[in-house]
Amino acid sequence: MTEFLQFTLGGVSFGMVYAAIALSLVLIWRGTRILNYAQGAMAVLTTYIALTVINRTGSYWEGFVVALAAGLVLGAVIERVAIRPVENKPPLNAVVVTIGLLVLIEGIAGIIYGGQFRSFPPAFSLNGLHAGSVALGISRNDVFVAAAVLVVALALAALFRFTSTGLRLRAAAFNPYAARLLGVRVGRVFTLGWALAGLIGALAGLLVSTNTFLYPSSMDSIFVLGFTAAVIGGLDSPVGAIVGGLILGVALNYVGGYLGSNLVPIFGLIALVAVLMIRPSGLFSVSHGRQV
Amino acid sequence: MTLLRHLVAALVAGAIIWALSVQLNAFRDFQMAEIAVYVVAIAGLSLLIGLSGQISLGQGAFMAVGAYTAALLMLHLNWPLWAVFPASAAVTALAGTVVGLAAARLSGPYLAGATLMLAVALPSLASQFPGVFGGDQGLSVTVIPPASLGATFPQTRWLAWVCALAALVTLVILANLARSRVGRNWRAIRDDPVAAALAGLPVGRLRVLAFIVSAACAGLAGAMLAVTTSLVSPGSFTLSLSIALLAGAVLGGLGTLMGALWGALVIVLVPTYVTDVATSHGLSGGVAANIPIAAYGVVLIIVMLIFPQGIQGGLRRLAKQFLPAPPTHLDSPDRRPPASEDEDVNSPYRRPPVSEHQEEGTS
Repeated sequence: MTEFLQFTLGGVSFGMVYAAIALSLVLIWRGTRILNYAQGAMAVLTTYIALTVINRTGSYWEGFVVALAAGLVLGAVIERVAIRPVENKPPLNAVVVTIGLLVLIEGIAGIIYGGQFRSFPPAFSLNGLHAGSVALGISRNDVFVAAAVLVVALALAALFRFTSTGLRLRAAAFNPYAARLLGVRVGRVFTLGWALAGLIGALAGLLVSTNTFLYPSSMDSIFVLGFTAAVIGGLDSPVGAIVGGLILGVALNYVGGYLGSNLVPIFGLIALVAVLMIRPSGLFSVSHGRQV
Repeated sequence: MTLLRHLVAALVAGAIIWALSVQLNAFRDFQMAEIAVYVVAIAGLSLLIGLSGQISLGQGAFMAVGAYTAALLMLHLNWPLWAVFPASAAVTALAGTVVGLAAARLSGPYLAGATLMLAVALPSLASQFPGVFGGDQGLSVTVIPPASLGATFPQTRWLAWVCALAALVTLVILANLARSRVGRNWRAIRDDPVAAALAGLPVGRLRVLAFIVSAACAGLAGAMLAVTTSLVSPGSFTLSLSIALLAGAVLGGLGTLMGALWGALVIVLVPTYVTDVATSHGLSGGVAANIPIAAYGVVLIIVMLIFPQGIQGGLRRLAKQFLPAPPTHLDSPDRRPPASEDEDVNSPYRRPPVSEHQEEGTS
């Protein structure tokens, strides 16, 4: 029973990281109908930047803030330079370009920082928490991971719900053509969407790298699970992304805990295919499928 | 007539390869075998993407299936090469059927994501069952040239012959397939699945078929890679292999078999060359190893942004400028509908807000 509780709580912490990746994918998908395969690689690069800053200054939080800012800038730059030209082209072109970005960024990270595994410092203590005499299987840092993603998600929800920028973002996502006619600078709005997604991806990279080590392709497996989480929730729905991340995180933690960690990627694949076969629009999507 | 032309082309190519392999040293022979491996894998992927319009990042994973099948058949059953190659292709085709059935219901980004996951997840199976698959060390296989060629016959030249022959046979089959009714149907479902379905084409089944063909190619390529490198380990079939294959297909020109050759030449020869140059300029091995990876990224982005038809498309355009107009073929770029040129047809701005990404197959 204690074991079950530990796996559940640990799963929530991992799930929130998947949720963050999923959220960044959803942000971009809603605006531009592009799936950003480079999201994980971008997070790797910003996390390396954070590590450099932390080693220079000795302060975790300076690195944290710099990485988030770097994610914001990186997202915007990539949208302007590489994505804008393929936004109106067949979907396949965008897929290939973002995959190209994925390997390009990972290659650059490898060239600059080398391929060895590096440990990334935690924000808070990694000592296990206890409720009375029962070990909960999570640390203060795990709580911080979940809380950080939750705070960012709520801030994002507030941005979308209560500000005029949020209204523009929603309008451009809902119908770019009509939004443009009504005076929304759709191009800028898309850039903003990519920048926000870059920030959330950077956050996910910072949070997960304590557990996984940092190396140029360290986010690949995290990214595919984040993608799975986004698909579970329906690529259109931010709430779905969070819920999908939580479901996936907890489920995969049971698999890893009870059956062995080598099986986690395979079960992720099974979960993805199962969702796509049974309910391809995801659990929370409001749009309708096309019958072809 | 078409069959005859393809056979003649294959014979000519075979003669050239034979002449080259006798001249070259062992390392170049090895590279020739490697190029043959990549030609097969890229040709399958290129047909899948360019003709049927489905994108796969799992080609490397399917190569792993073929390679492990070949290794197990040779280690435990001592099958000869001529039986191992088709068997590996068949087993991988079976795996491709399973994935293809799921894939046929998915479009662009979903399919790429699912196959990406396949590429990331599959190598971990080898570590999970070390008894069968040899764990991280992998399985080693050795191929010796037949005794009739003489005791001193270089092994690499024999491998170059075997792989080149397998590649030529595959290319002839694929060339005929692409020109056949099936190939035309693939183009139809690529360009407009709705119209193709209305015209009575079984869209789902055609997509699955394309996936099976591409997986079979990957399986054969995997088996060829296994005998060429004489080692099958999870480390050879990472995501970067899948992405290298995609880069090769895109650079060569999607949907063209000649393009697969250009792509294979580039991804076999250029990384070796770049790494050599980089290490001779005093860069560390880690940096040098990462330069080709970054270069694949640059290739994918630049080609897609600037010349989406790839090398073969460029060559065709050149040929058209300098030669009198040849009869146009079905898959020549200019006969395609203007979707890739015309900004508006596929524009997200023209789409209704109802998303069209959740496709459900009619199969």
